[in-house]
Amino acid sequence: MFSTLTSLDWFPLGLSLKVAVAATLFALLLGTGLGWLFARRRFPGRSLLEALFMLPLVLPPTVVGYAILVAAGRRSALGAWLYRHFDYTLIFSWHGAVAASAIVALPLVLKSASAAFAGVDKSLEAAATTLGQSAFSVFVRVTLPLAWPGILAGTLLAFARAMGEFGASLMVAGSIPGKTETLSMAIYNASQAGNDDLALMLVIITSVISVLVLALSNRFLARR
Amino acid sequence: MRLSRLLATLSLIAVPLAASAQDLTVSAAASLTNAFKDVGAQFEKANPGVSVKLNFAASGALLRQIEQGAPVDVFASADQATMDRGDKQGLIDAATRRDFAANSLVLIEPVQGGAQVRALKDLADGKITRVAVGKVDTVPVGRYTKQALESAGLWSTLQPKLVFADNVRQVLDYVSRGEVDAGFVYRTDAAIMRDKVKIVLTAQGHDPVSYPAAVIKESRNKKLAAKFLDYLATPEAGKILEQYGFGKP
Repeated sequence: MFSTLTSLDWFPLGLSLKVAVAATLFALLLGTGLGWLFARRRFPGRSLLEALFMLPLVLPPTVVGYAILVAAGRRSALGAWLYRHFDYTLIFSWHGAVAASAIVALPLVLKSASAAFAGVDKSLEAAATTLGQSAFSVFVRVTLPLAWPGILAGTLLAFARAMGEFGASLMVAGSIPGKTETLSMAIYNASQAGNDDLALMLVIITSVISVLVLALSNRFLARR
Repeated sequence: MRLSRLLATLSLIAVPLAASAQDLTVSAAASLTNAFKDVGAQFEKANPGVSVKLNFAASGALLRQIEQGAPVDVFASADQATMDRGDKQGLIDAATRRDFAANSLVLIEPVQGGAQVRALKDLADGKITRVAVGKVDTVPVGRYTKQALESAGLWSTLQPKLVFADNVRQVLDYVSRGEVDAGFVYRTDAAIMRDKVKIVLTAQGHDPVSYPAAVIKESRNKKLAAKFLDYLATPEAGKILEQYGFGKP
């Protein structure tokens, strides 16, 4: 067990953290924006649109992976264009894992942000407006600070989800050792190859990190 | 109360499934997918009341399942090394082991927009950015590929371009979708996607690709399992395998 630890390849852990941080940032920005939109604005097709963004939460990750492959693969319009003009492909690069994880993690931020914005007392915003604050200023100085704990809790959940992403990332990014092999893929590969010591070690590492993140998330939820 | 009734109903459905002695579970290498579906159907026809359950994956992954106690009756591997490992671990009934088919390793590229690879060394060219191969530890085609590329002195050069797949059919999928520039599969796999992939060359310098099959020691259906192995050696099964491009052992 200890020899496994000392000879451990730390690349998958580093990559998983990198992918999760990047994916969480995307999910945070998009999720907060959409959450505000769905909580505060009424427009036709709103609930349908919200359901669409929530889909990745209930769909199997393989569906998300397949969708990305079809939408951004080399044979797709977008993928072919990117490849021709920028020599860039999302597939089999760690960016693909970020895209997959961000899509899968988005609903968690969106839902918490939407609930948090809905819970903000509108009379406080109205008071700020009567004091001469612009709409943007009200949002940044009143709405956002009040909704923040809820958004942050959702963001931490999203981070934990992105850390554990497997199915969609595997389909989009492959599992290339030293390039796109994340922690969850390293566990899968180790268990398939019969390398139980390594698999167990990686499971322990990922469990510890996830428990820490979830505990942190619970603290923010409790504070709200 | 309602839950217990539901459970009772479920168990009624489950009992006949579990009790049927004529179920034969065959774990076979991914490259055998199409051929074994036909072989299984023919075997069922020749043996009324028998139901063949087929389980396809990379040979290494299948052995891993058997090692963990999966209720498998027959194991058909795409290489001798994986079967040897099963033998060493005491998982198979060694006396029943026999080779039933052969295959060859080929380099393929997408029909549409292929990079025009002519020889193995062309893979080292800068315009080739990705080459799909099977995972070396668990997928036999990956191991054969490694041997072939090592013989050609290209394995370490090509390392940064390699994309590792879970089984041979995933390599085929990557190439047919054009996500990689080339890939190594068996001749029989390339044959099922003639419209999307084309064979560039037949690789050399690797162990001969031969498929061994054996009865699993823990099988509760050894007689039927042995019958299936015998069936694999019949001209009837041979014809099906040949139809899909497999060679004689």
